[in-house]
Amino acid sequence: MTRRITIDPITRLEGHGKIEIFLDDHGDVERAILQVPELRGFEQFAVGRPVEEMPRITPRICGVCPTAHHMAATKAADAVFGVEPTSTARKIRELIYNAFFMEDHTLHFFFLGGPDFVVGPQAPAAERNILGVIGKVGLEIGGKVIRIRADVREIMAYLAGKAIHPVCGLPGGVAKGLDEEHRVTFLKTAKDAVEFAEFALQIFADVVLKNQTYVDIVVGEAYKIKTYYMGMVNERNQVEFYDGDLRVVDPDGREFAKFKPADYLEHIAEHVEPWTYVKFPFLKKVGWKGFVEGNDSGVYRVAPLARLNAAEGMQTPRAQKHYDHMYAVLGGKPVHNTLAFHWARLIEALQAAESMVALLEDSEITGTDLRRIPTRIPTEGVGIVEAPRGVLIHHYKTDERGLITAANLIVATIGNAAAINMSIEKAAKAFIKGGQVSEGLLNMAEMAFRPYDPCHGCGTHAWPGAMPLTINIYNRSGERIRQLRRS
Amino acid sequence: MSDAKPKVAFYWCSSCGGCEESIVDLAEDILKVVAAVDIVYWPVALDFKKKDVEAMPDKSIAVSFINGAIRMSEQEEMAHLLRRKSQLVVAHGACAHLGGIPGLANFWNKSTIFRTAYHTTVSTDNPAGLEPQPKTLLDGHELTLPEFWDTVYPLDAIIDVDYYLPGCAPHRDLILNAVTAILEGKLPPKGAVLAPNKSCCDECDRNETKPEKMTIKEIKRPYEVLLDPKTCFLAQGVICMGPATRSGCGERCIEGNMPCRGCMGPTDQVYDQGAKFLSAFASILDASEEKDVERLVDSIVDPAGTFYRFSLPSSILKRKKLEAVR
Repeated sequence: MTRRITIDPITRLEGHGKIEIFLDDHGDVERAILQVPELRGFEQFAVGRPVEEMPRITPRICGVCPTAHHMAATKAADAVFGVEPTSTARKIRELIYNAFFMEDHTLHFFFLGGPDFVVGPQAPAAERNILGVIGKVGLEIGGKVIRIRADVREIMAYLAGKAIHPVCGLPGGVAKGLDEEHRVTFLKTAKDAVEFAEFALQIFADVVLKNQTYVDIVVGEAYKIKTYYMGMVNERNQVEFYDGDLRVVDPDGREFAKFKPADYLEHIAEHVEPWTYVKFPFLKKVGWKGFVEGNDSGVYRVAPLARLNAAEGMQTPRAQKHYDHMYAVLGGKPVHNTLAFHWARLIEALQAAESMVALLEDSEITGTDLRRIPTRIPTEGVGIVEAPRGVLIHHYKTDERGLITAANLIVATIGNAAAINMSIEKAAKAFIKGGQVSEGLLNMAEMAFRPYDPCHGCGTHAWPGAMPLTINIYNRSGERIRQLRRS
Repeated sequence: MSDAKPKVAFYWCSSCGGCEESIVDLAEDILKVVAAVDIVYWPVALDFKKKDVEAMPDKSIAVSFINGAIRMSEQEEMAHLLRRKSQLVVAHGACAHLGGIPGLANFWNKSTIFRTAYHTTVSTDNPAGLEPQPKTLLDGHELTLPEFWDTVYPLDAIIDVDYYLPGCAPHRDLILNAVTAILEGKLPPKGAVLAPNKSCCDECDRNETKPEKMTIKEIKRPYEVLLDPKTCFLAQGVICMGPATRSGCGERCIEGNMPCRGCMGPTDQVYDQGAKFLSAFASILDASEEKDVERLVDSIVDPAGTFYRFSLPSSILKRKKLEAVR
């Protein structure tokens, strides 16, 4: 009888994630957990730093989503000084931010999450990567993927200095504006981005939705957990990435809470476990009840599907059409099927691209009033944005000179930390029975956490090959009796 | 892929993933790189099962690009292993080169970092006072985690490093030039930083606006003034690390109208970037009275965190001197 299974995916960002699965005496899954074995301690070494430098320090939390940390930190610095950006500066920030969402979501679909579907969950491992996607959809389209990403990142690099680790945000505005010549060039890119996002949704429709096997996997019980959902919304309760209130819906889709970013501590707390370096956020008003589903458990989810569930619609017309279609196909709101994160991600990419067009057609975007100089004595502030991977919270306290005295960061991927554990456990329970471990577990276990696009899952992962996994199976005396490998 | 192609590995330690993104950002050029080499390990493709790496013959990897600082036991083990298996090791990016921003953690130690992360942060709910442990029992099953150290180290404090690819993240031209140099066997002497040996100021478009004799009467923080997009930052009274920083980054931050923060590290002639900046900076302070000097120096609000933003772990400060600096 096997008792313990170790899955060591090589993951990124927060180091290597490791999955441990414990079996009961019948060989059925008793418990499955994901350990994150790294910490860097940003909250501590923020102390003593000038608050206006945080937008250039915190992006190094994540080189995949540095723009999210840059914007959360910039907005927190606005709040610390009690200053609002000028109207043009806000639009430039939103332009950078929507460009970032568009390219990041696209990258995930084609390089990381998409291969599961486009190439197929049963395809040989060696083909389940971007090269496999190119093989399936054609080299011309593959080139298109690479080009649109580069073009959109050029907008970010121009306005923010660098796409990796932007530098433009200052309390009260941005350092650099947009001239007419670049506006025209970038507007063309934005329109291309809209077409590209539509095209990606078409691939999803053709390859996934027209294939009953895939649809069965998407709607299957193995990849479904019922949780609360949290997402940022605008004043019309539509999906918002840059600035708005946070809305929480319960597992039945009813509004549970809606709050201002500054009030996040009334709603969110983080639970500590001794076996992993990450903490587990939960809804304070429900409470931490462990890694369990349902209305009585404070576990909530964030990121694309959670945002769509927590909102009442999209901000842009094309994205709204796809939003309505997704919920019609999947049987109404909320959708609990984890694999639908992939679909929701593409719908968000389309909203981001449409928003880029709207911002670049706004005459104010080329304005020259870029900064409002702070005059108040700095104190404390919260900055929240939606990162591609979920609600991202930066909270700083400063002394009267604006030097950080305390920082609190709740990073996007961590918002899903408990749910990722539960999704893995659920998939493990579906695919491991009576001590029988099917080879398919390898793919299936990966597919359980990949929809969340956990930050250790950046696009670079899938480039040269599929994520290698090893599963070790031990007997009671700790000897390894079997090893499954895919590399 | 053919065995004749040089084998290349990429690995990450304590880092953000930006160095991996810098490879993806090569866009179409990545296809040329992929065609010319055999990538035996990529950040993701590196099997954590150490014995599989150990099974490779020593020196069988032509070059390993290792990014990230070293602050966990597991990272040290992997660095040693890759060193043994590789002919060349390149420290890829500011963290591996100098310690980088995660190196700012060296202002504190493990217990302070843990106290903040798991106890005093305002959203933490930890009534039992738990902290991550190297070994834990969960329902009778033993779970292990790598150990977290007191100190962050640059890569060359742990293993022998052949070349340094600087920047946070490195500019695409530097990456392509490095790969080309390795493929063509046209490498500079061991220990070289693979970037021009010039200062940022030498390459900066704003250099011509730098006054003949620069003087600073008042130091401004970037948020306090409207930053002129054409004028030297130091001439505007804003601290810019350009004089003490190596070029090769494309001066992209300055293109973004923000001052340099020093991610490329110092030029070859300089041992300590922060000390170099301080000496350059002291010479341009316009103050004759002692109290004016004091006022100017006091207006630098975070000297250690500014002058050593990217280089604290590799600086002359080291740990024992840190308390004095703070």
